[in-house]
Amino acid sequence: MEHKTPLYDCHVAAGGKIVPFAGYLLPIQYSSGIVAEHLAVRRQAGLFDVSHMGEILCRGRDALANLQRLMTNDFTGMEDGQARYSPMCYENGGIVDDLIVYKVKENDYFIVVNAANKDKDFQWMKDHQFGEVQLEDRSDAIAQIALQGPKAQAILERLAPAGKIPAKYYHAVFDGEVGGIPCVISRTGYTGEDGFEFYLEAGRAPELWNLLLETGKDDGLIPCGLGARDTLRLEASMPLYGHEMDETITPLEADLAFAVKMNKDSFIGKEGIQEHLPLARKRVGLQVNGRGIVREHTPILADGREIGASTSGTHCPFLGRPVAMALLEMPYTQPGTKVTALVRGREVEAEVVSMPFYKKERA
Amino acid sequence: MNIPSNLQYSKSHEWIKEDGGLVEIGLTDHAQDQLGDLVFVNLPQVGDPVTAGEVFADVESVKAVSDVYSPVTGTVAQVNEALLDAPETINESPYEAWLIRVEAVTGREDLMDAAAYEAHVEKELEEADA
Repeated sequence: MEHKTPLYDCHVAAGGKIVPFAGYLLPIQYSSGIVAEHLAVRRQAGLFDVSHMGEILCRGRDALANLQRLMTNDFTGMEDGQARYSPMCYENGGIVDDLIVYKVKENDYFIVVNAANKDKDFQWMKDHQFGEVQLEDRSDAIAQIALQGPKAQAILERLAPAGKIPAKYYHAVFDGEVGGIPCVISRTGYTGEDGFEFYLEAGRAPELWNLLLETGKDDGLIPCGLGARDTLRLEASMPLYGHEMDETITPLEADLAFAVKMNKDSFIGKEGIQEHLPLARKRVGLQVNGRGIVREHTPILADGREIGASTSGTHCPFLGRPVAMALLEMPYTQPGTKVTALVRGREVEAEVVSMPFYKKERA
Repeated sequence: MNIPSNLQYSKSHEWIKEDGGLVEIGLTDHAQDQLGDLVFVNLPQVGDPVTAGEVFADVESVKAVSDVYSPVTGTVAQVNEALLDAPETINESPYEAWLIRVEAVTGREDLMDAAAYEAHVEKELEEADA
């Protein structure tokens, strides 16, 4: 039985096409369609219900030490309100999940995890906790709404006091408010655009959702579904758990070296990751030169044999062309390498290119 | 939902229009609505055989790929190559955006008129809601 997010009735009323996703009933798109929603986020702004995401509190004198042991990134030296992305690994180096850790204040951290993994993540954290630390799964009580796009800041400025809007990417204000509704305002997102994510009490989510839509209407703000969320993250080359990452892929294979601090004393998965060095395979971006869309699990060939498979792929509405990400054997990961994708029996020419496929222009 | 009365329809949501010896095949308004924004079409070549009830093309939306079935058996006489560069035409005007024209037609599926097709679509939508 799928759960409804606190915004379910808003989605139905707005003509959302509802589908089951990660245990939740969510809109794949609204009446404007995936392409229009995608373009709205690149050019104006889009609003997403991401209440299915999980929120876990990690507090206590040993909270930081627990995070340092559980995750591959390093959380020392963070300011209050700062956020940091990290994979969380099994002993063998495979990935439990990828997540964002916020430092609320000393000994007080807020962790955001993927919907499909939250129970598994919470259990994994509980199973490995040590010392003085309290872990609390707050997922059911907290809603999450994402406002993304070049107009996001202008829209938010009409509703929130300037001092409560985080000025820097990957920073959050924990005692924020939007239109008088208390919430965490975080300058993060999963679209490749500037934007904000709001965490708030589930019961007030419809009020914030409607307020944002009304306030941003004249700027072209529209609600966006899971379909556009996926095409946007793919166009921005952002990895997704279950596709570019899973329990058989190490974070270095997933090209997440920036979030893996091998020089940290010790952390779960360090030896497992080490055992996969030098890397035999790595995530790459593919530009499709032939005709067709390379979707996930497409065999990738070179030199007359299979050298890997795609992990995600779609037609990118803003770039106007298909792209894919793939896990390929190391000798084939240099940009410019020509490969062949076997799309339902048909050979489609493709080429390894550097990522991201799309990068927003600096403001 | 737009269902012109001068066309015939298959259960798998293709329409056909007969014009002289040629049978034109396209996707219905309901089909394009269900598929969403189309971004790619893969069409057969002139001279290829098509068989009633079998796949002759595929269309892709940003979400997924879907097969297109031929309502008739015959030989591909013309291919609407304009769709290759503008697949969104199928979303915009599904009854003008024909995919192929077939000649030497020797067989066909049981096809529906507009009223029967409308009932078929409504039944499918009800089943999807149930």
